[in-house]
Amino acid sequence: MIAIINYRAGNLASVSNALERLDVDYEITHEPAMLDQAEGVIFPGVGHAYSAMEALREHRMDKWLRETDKPVLGLCLGMQLLYESTEEGPCETLGVIPGKLKKFDTEKGKVPHMGWNNFTDLKDHPLMEGIEADDFFYYVHSYYAPLNEYTVGSCEYLTPFASVVARDNYMGVQFHPEKSSDPGERLLRNFLDMV
Amino acid sequence: MLTKRIIPCLDIKDGRTVKGVNFEGLRDAGDPVELAIRYSDEGADELVFLDITATKEKRKTLVRLVKDIARHINIPFTVGGGIKSVEEISDLLNAGADKVSLNSAIVKEPDLITRASDRFGSQCIVAAIDAKREDDSWTVYIKGGSEPTGIDALEWMQEVERRGAGEILLTSMDRDGTKSGFDLELLHETNQRVRIPVIASGGAGDESHCVDAVHKGNADAVLAASIFHFQEIEIKHLKQSMEKEGIAVRI
Repeated sequence: MIAIINYRAGNLASVSNALERLDVDYEITHEPAMLDQAEGVIFPGVGHAYSAMEALREHRMDKWLRETDKPVLGLCLGMQLLYESTEEGPCETLGVIPGKLKKFDTEKGKVPHMGWNNFTDLKDHPLMEGIEADDFFYYVHSYYAPLNEYTVGSCEYLTPFASVVARDNYMGVQFHPEKSSDPGERLLRNFLDMV
Repeated sequence: MLTKRIIPCLDIKDGRTVKGVNFEGLRDAGDPVELAIRYSDEGADELVFLDITATKEKRKTLVRLVKDIARHINIPFTVGGGIKSVEEISDLLNAGADKVSLNSAIVKEPDLITRASDRFGSQCIVAAIDAKREDDSWTVYIKGGSEPTGIDALEWMQEVERRGAGEILLTSMDRDGTKSGFDLELLHETNQRVRIPVIASGGAGDESHCVDAVHKGNADAVLAASIFHFQEIEIKHLKQSMEKEGIAVRI
């Protein structure tokens, strides 16, 4: 069973629809006890980092996420919260991956970064199996993760940033695979294969 | 590289597509879900569903339709048409819509943008603006373009941005339905003033119009209805033509 973390952050319908299209058994939950039973966890998110962290703390899911050794896939805000902190709030986040999130410079261009973008660099990782650097994924975000040793996929909009990150059992993607047509479906299937 | 988006728009009434559609091979040309899948397969980057139903049953039918669409397509879609409250927005987003577009209601009650973007995030709030040229400026029209408001369109855009809209869907009333090209001056003026993405709408007649909307109007996305429904322009071919003109597109 795959657990989808529910922390009032929206877009659960798109994630659960995507899993249904892939014929996967899933539970939407905010209970750490339920997360314990899952083989893998999808950590979605649209919304504000500060209120998302508050909601996670309220159900002690922040602690669960920090301590788990199960495969975790963060989507969009879910990915961002894996890092140490963000200018959104600003606030401290889970800190399982080093790095601080910054806001795109609105002087340089339109924010949010909204639409389909590909990769400037893509390293080998089981999550990206069968996905090419020129495959497009759908993005909507105003804050971005820095490139570092855990970056698997790099993207560029106004500045280079991490679009796919992985450290041990933690993985995150800045885009919305559940809204990214066939390449997105492939990525979700890759995650399920790793679980 | 971030690509420019091509967005077909479907008018919906009582859960069915309104404008005649002459796609070959569709079992039911009035079925929005089947058409949505078709467009998605052809390379549409997003879809917009505009509900023009005027009955009391409207909301239930629309929520049911949105659920059905969300189950079947894996690209983002926006739903609009007569949305008046945070509660309605919540229902549509929970049903699986990625964004909602707000038009007449936000002109009457601009605070709705603020409340909706605070609660759901700017990324899912699209401000739809119907603008009509009057001498040297553009005026905002509401109720499907039937009622002038006296509000200056360029000032209104800045206000919707300030209040938290994540995107602007800008329709030129002068060009809508004419197939004579987008109002490039309106697009250009708009993009001088706002820092959120702008979707150009109204006037698409051929591929060069879409190229101009990006090159001259600086549009982030191009929306059209009938030229896609009647296959006067095929999305794949349009994208190839745009790419030849140096525009980044998702192919």
